[in-house]
Amino acid sequence: MVLDRIFKDDSSEEKGERARMASFIGGMAIADLVKTTLGPKGMDKILQSTGRGREVTVTNDGATILKSLHIDNPAAKVLVDISKVQDDEVGDGTTSVVVLAGELLREAEKLVAAKIHPMTIISGYRMAAECALNALLQKVMDNKEDPEKFKFDLMKIAMTTLSSKILSQDKEHFAKLAVDAVMRLKGSTNLESIQIIKKPGGSLKDSFLDEGFILDKKIGIGQPKRIENAKILVANTAMDTDKVKIYGARVRVDSMAKVAEIEVAEKEKMREKVQKIIAHGINCFVNRQLIYNFPEELFADAGILAIEHADFDGIERLALVTGGEIASTFDNPESVKLGHCKLIEEIMIGEDKLIHFSGVELGQACTIVLRGASHHVLDEAERSLHDALCVLSQTVNDSRVLLGGGWPEMVMAKDVDELARKTPGKRSHAIEAFARALVAIPTIIADNAGLDSAELVAQLRAEHHKEGCTAGIDVISGSVGDMVQLGISEAFKVKQAVLLSATEAAEMILRVDEIITCAPRKREDRM
Amino acid sequence: MALAFDDFGRPFIIIREQEQKTRLRGLDAQKANISAGKAVARILRTSLGPKGMDKMLQSPDGDVTISNDGATILEQMDVDNQIAKLMVELSRSQDYEIGDGTTGVVVMAGALLEQAEQLLERGIHPIRIAEGYEMASRIAVEHLDRIAQKYDFGVSNIEPLVQTCMTTLSSKIVNRCKRSLAEIAVKAVLAVADLERKDVRLDLIKVDGKVGGKLEDTELIYGIVVDKDMSHPQMPKQIEDAKIAILTCPFEPPKPKTKHKVDIDTVEKFQTLRLQEQKYFDDMVQKCKDVGATLVICQWGFDDEANHLLMHRNLPAVRWVGGVELELIAIATGGRIVPRFQELTPEKLGKAGLVQEKSFGTTKDRMLYIEHCANSRAVTVFIRGGNKMMIEETKRSIHDALCVARNLIRNNSIVYGGGSAEISCSVAVEAAADRYPGVEQYAIRAFADALDAIPMALAENSGLQPIETLSVVKSQQIKENNPYCGIDCNDVGTNDMREQNVFETLIGKQQQILLATQVVKMILKIDDVISPSEY
Repeated sequence: MVLDRIFKDDSSEEKGERARMASFIGGMAIADLVKTTLGPKGMDKILQSTGRGREVTVTNDGATILKSLHIDNPAAKVLVDISKVQDDEVGDGTTSVVVLAGELLREAEKLVAAKIHPMTIISGYRMAAECALNALLQKVMDNKEDPEKFKFDLMKIAMTTLSSKILSQDKEHFAKLAVDAVMRLKGSTNLESIQIIKKPGGSLKDSFLDEGFILDKKIGIGQPKRIENAKILVANTAMDTDKVKIYGARVRVDSMAKVAEIEVAEKEKMREKVQKIIAHGINCFVNRQLIYNFPEELFADAGILAIEHADFDGIERLALVTGGEIASTFDNPESVKLGHCKLIEEIMIGEDKLIHFSGVELGQACTIVLRGASHHVLDEAERSLHDALCVLSQTVNDSRVLLGGGWPEMVMAKDVDELARKTPGKRSHAIEAFARALVAIPTIIADNAGLDSAELVAQLRAEHHKEGCTAGIDVISGSVGDMVQLGISEAFKVKQAVLLSATEAAEMILRVDEIITCAPRKREDRM
Repeated sequence: MALAFDDFGRPFIIIREQEQKTRLRGLDAQKANISAGKAVARILRTSLGPKGMDKMLQSPDGDVTISNDGATILEQMDVDNQIAKLMVELSRSQDYEIGDGTTGVVVMAGALLEQAEQLLERGIHPIRIAEGYEMASRIAVEHLDRIAQKYDFGVSNIEPLVQTCMTTLSSKIVNRCKRSLAEIAVKAVLAVADLERKDVRLDLIKVDGKVGGKLEDTELIYGIVVDKDMSHPQMPKQIEDAKIAILTCPFEPPKPKTKHKVDIDTVEKFQTLRLQEQKYFDDMVQKCKDVGATLVICQWGFDDEANHLLMHRNLPAVRWVGGVELELIAIATGGRIVPRFQELTPEKLGKAGLVQEKSFGTTKDRMLYIEHCANSRAVTVFIRGGNKMMIEETKRSIHDALCVARNLIRNNSIVYGGGSAEISCSVAVEAAADRYPGVEQYAIRAFADALDAIPMALAENSGLQPIETLSVVKSQQIKENNPYCGIDCNDVGTNDMREQNVFETLIGKQQQILLATQVVKMILKIDDVISPSEY
């Protein structure tokens, strides 16, 4: 009988309880996977790619871990996605958001087992999330008026973010780097103007922020190694053979002599171009594309420093910092804006020669040079620093700040708990469960640090019943401490994003009562 | 297997390779078809109504879709059975025609099939059933006309429209901020609507989404949002009172369509060609500048030299803008799409009050906003949300809401939701059944029972006792002669849908009943299924 076979072969369908179970388990498994990386004493993960190189990544960053996983469970994919979005949007809190969503699902599972309908749970979660957000809004601190204090806030946020990463040893050093770099941006969130150069060798402590701009390129042979008061032309133009672009044009000659003539003409064309460029009155020329030997020689003759093959980002940044424009045609030297800087010189970092532009016009851009023992360390350091920079740049725009160390979660949990007591009906169970899920985060932080989480969280809760409490978990000393004194802060925007997207994801997964998996597309096996 | 024999007892071969085909005939065929149709309806049944659940679908490539929209679920389901495919088609045609009620129509068809099965078992001929259904559907549609109410709204009074959109949105995951989304949808539709002709061009509404932010940040932009940025990083990021040249020709020397060759054989030719090329670029930019354009939007790309020349002449440009977007921009700004530089004239330029580039989040995503356009007849709904699936689902929900608003503008009759219309129809059909002599009477009664399936599913999904609730509401409708009693899904405390403000469009409901009946009739008329057997 054809009964009930409406799907294609290999498709599967899961319904009701089983579907819900599958998505709960998927979600929780993902959360458990990244759970141990949470907090200042969180552990790292090694990821090995399946590619040919079997490359290894060591990381603590939730988004990076989840991005590299191959996941089959659809619910787990939802969690991976929220982590990715969190990374794109605020840059930090990628682990927290997954852990919170996982905890919400764990609590929901218990409620479903207690015969509460998922829709009731969802409406409870919604009320709770709103209440939690309001609780945070009430406690939020804003030091925008006072630049000194604000900078101090930024410093604290940077240190808190970095403390869970590989840079925690030198977190003060790096926090200062990050804050300085972000303050230079003057409120823009465009992190492109902060360049990060990684050079293996030395120790993490040797990393430094450079006010100018560093280009990872060599200076052509026979050209000046040091230029003062440089006038820079930033260009994006072909400096090999300048093709005639009119369609269908081709060279057809009938004798060797003519070939020679054309060649001369071509050379002449290039020489003219170089002459035009030189006519700008520059002494440094940076091109995105290749510069062939012939024009390079011409530049050297004119005493101009020519740098070839700078990548696109490099060009854009260089144009930004030096205040020049990126030119592709050179017929009107008077109207092209040239870039300026006080000094161009070749510097050595480790064993590599780099070109350093200092005394640039626009103070926005800067370069952070990371040093470290290995590529893995550098990669992880870059990711950590990126997180810190993201959070800081977002905080500059939205200057509201919260305390860290599990404080916001406890504040939210307290208010949500109160709401649960006031709410009649089944929803109150869901609201209570939401509070429990919030408390799970400080619990995990304590657990990861090897502390007695049950004891600590209970103490913390007691503390929070006092008015204006600032207590959180002090992982270093292993006790409940005052977060203001310890200087642990977090950005409001991060917490808000964590709360909202975790609730949204949990809600989405809870609403599902059927999973239909299509047959995987058959792929030709590639050899 | 049916075989025909000739005079000598040799079999005729009627169907090629008939041994390899499976064949179902007669009642078996009908039953098999009905059970397949029911299976599809069963999947969607739990998605109905404000408390309906979602379905998670994993595509062959592993992408996950979470949806509550019947048409989307069925489309992604990878169905193999022929009858199930018919059901998918059914939901799709409801989607094209009305845009909403795609789940309801399938559930309705499922219920009709279920009733038909029982009638078949009693030995009623399928054609008689089909005819009975046809009569019943006519009665139901006429009854809907009777209980429908005209709903007056104007540009200043959009409340009724918003309420109807909210009914649609309340069954989706976005019901958290259904109010604001409904308002966005209504405003968008009104912006593009032609109230005199009662027509709405939905393709003027662009629905775009970007992950990040929260659902509450979703906004309606009276203008166009394009996922592109300025071609040169140093071009101005904000242009006020922009005059836009909309080009479909690249900033490149022309490529004649006829085959041609330019042979270079002397140095002079080489040089003239070079000069010409330079002049070309220069001329093109100059033309744009001459007509007074302050922004160039180009469907094609242009190379670095043209890019720099534009930059140099202080003429910001956007490249690689898609055809559809280009058209929208042209409509919104009142400009003309210009296919050749020679044809650029100042009248053909579009005008916009403000063009700006906005960046999002920590990645390099930038989008171009074109606002305060000369003709604000093209709008964009810009959706933000926590993750990709959420955005996709919101897009679908907004689409449904837009369709509903459009339908109301076309025809401002509404019926009340919450199953009240179905119950009322069911009562009317039941009462009419007795007047029909013949076997069809049974089919008509069965149709009335099938109509009850929708309120039943609503009640079931809302966690109420289905039979008990339905009988209470039904008796109330008859007793009070009030066709507006429905299922109280949200536990508000009243059964009167007028008080709950739950509306649906009349045409949507009528279409549901008609389409469902048609498909069921088609399925009932099949008495032979021949399919290649599996090997």
